[in-house]
Amino acid sequence: MTVVLDPTAGKPAAAIETVPRPTSLDGLTVALLDISKARGDVFLDRVDQRLSDLGIATKRFKKPTFAKPAPVDLRHEIATSCDAVIEALAD
Amino acid sequence: MLQPTSGLLSDTSDGVIAVVKQDCPTCELVVPALEQLAAGLSEVGQSLTVLSQDDPDFPQSITGVLDERGLEFSWHNQIETVPTLLLVKDGKELQRTVGWSREQWEALSGIAELAPDLPEQRPGCGSLSVDPNLSDELTVRFSGSTLHSRRIEIAVLEDEMEAGFDRGWSDGLPVVPPTEARVLRMLQGTTRDAQDIVAIVPPDLVEATVEQIAVNAVLAGCKPEYFPVVLAAVEAACSQTFNMHGLLATTYFSGPVIVVNGPIAERIGMNGANNAFGQGNRANMTIGRALQLVIRNLGGGRPGDARRSGIDMAVLGNPGKLSFCFAEREHDSPFTPLSVARGMDPGVDALTLFAGQGPTPVADQISRTPESLARSMAAVLRTVAHPKLVIAFDAMLVVTPEHGRIFTEAGWDRARLLQELEQLLLLDGDDLIRGANGIAEGLPESVAGTQMPKFRPGGLHILHAGGNAGLFSAIIGGWVSGPMGSELVTIEIKP
Repeated sequence: MTVVLDPTAGKPAAAIETVPRPTSLDGLTVALLDISKARGDVFLDRVDQRLSDLGIATKRFKKPTFAKPAPVDLRHEIATSCDAVIEALAD
Repeated sequence: MLQPTSGLLSDTSDGVIAVVKQDCPTCELVVPALEQLAAGLSEVGQSLTVLSQDDPDFPQSITGVLDERGLEFSWHNQIETVPTLLLVKDGKELQRTVGWSREQWEALSGIAELAPDLPEQRPGCGSLSVDPNLSDELTVRFSGSTLHSRRIEIAVLEDEMEAGFDRGWSDGLPVVPPTEARVLRMLQGTTRDAQDIVAIVPPDLVEATVEQIAVNAVLAGCKPEYFPVVLAAVEAACSQTFNMHGLLATTYFSGPVIVVNGPIAERIGMNGANNAFGQGNRANMTIGRALQLVIRNLGGGRPGDARRSGIDMAVLGNPGKLSFCFAEREHDSPFTPLSVARGMDPGVDALTLFAGQGPTPVADQISRTPESLARSMAAVLRTVAHPKLVIAFDAMLVVTPEHGRIFTEAGWDRARLLQELEQLLLLDGDDLIRGANGIAEGLPESVAGTQMPKFRPGGLHILHAGGNAGLFSAIIGGWVSGPMGSELVTIEIKP
């Protein structure tokens, strides 16, 4: 029998659960997150317009760069001021 | 026959301890001196304790020889030579002498006129506890418990090479089973404490210790002497400016590209000459691989494929993501070493990490002037990522010796070549805008009528590598450049 040393961190990364998906957007505030990819804003502008037409409140956010994780302050602001988030992932 | 109780000096009785082995001509030679010591010491109420490393019946004429075949005493007391004589009082070593020297043995034991028939002195033999075939096993046996990693038992019926695949530790190639002996040997490659934290490894942001990185360096197939380079690579990759998290997750081709400068490159046998980017050199292949295995196994950064999702979203990736690591060819370079251009002192071991893709050739077998050759290089450099995209991507220009000689003979250094390339790579905005030349890809209309540099200031890095023959240089295109993506990182490789 060979004994080896565990090359992994030994435990899974802390899992972060997403909140349950809302069944309706009525009365909720939806975050629209632009990750700074080219033309993501075009997509979000359209989504913003459609949601506004339905009377749903939106807030716009933008990551400084698509190439790095969103800054913790930005994530915190979205989580505390909105109920759902739509992210424009790519161009 | 008595057994040694432990490796501790405090468990031995006061007096003189002799460590010997039968398979040592000097030990055979000094038997009369040992007999005389045993008699002489007992007369003054002290004792001689003889420990035999191979044959507990040796020397036959001495009674009560201790069986030291387990080598525990020798290992713990750093016995490197037999015979070694120790003077012990109250569990503490007061004096030690190695080999045979009448003068030193007499001084240590206080017994005069030892074995007058023997020569004055004779060097000893190697202690079995430092035999290269045994030392790793002994290190595990006597110090293995110092390692913190979880132990995993691979069952007798399990193929230990398959076990690495089955447990998800592999990048697709076989991994070396990280036994305690191998990990301890890897740790001997650095002076750093095994429990030092080297970096916070993305994407899971796990604190990685020297020991955990050593386990992955073993998996990768590294030799202990490569380990300082691996540690530097992990530290550089996990810096904020390098942004390994983003590089790992990108849909683009890039991965970490490692360039090593300084004497360590030659000392550990790295390749910066023929086929420097290619297969066949253990250091080149395993150092970069170790970095990627650290990201995978400690950071949790596993690639996805058709069957499962993963954090590495590369649309194609590139084979250099297994390991893209080479030495700069410094000795006949037209340029100062890359590390020196990056602010390190000459002669300092240094590692530079670049977020790069696979190499693109600059094939120019006709140019014999630096002006013409620079134009060829600029023409290919313009195509990095896309001929109509600028500034967003850095690049490395790897000049090979036959091309380098053209610059050397013309007296062109790095600054001169960079100046030329910057001039040649000032592009007309009209050619870059979306729709220009019938290509939708491009820059916004606002750059029309302006000139745009292909690379941001400091975004083009020039270095020297490759074999003696071949009028081909190479371009390693970058990823999202600068604070928005990844910056080139250069750090010292410390022992």
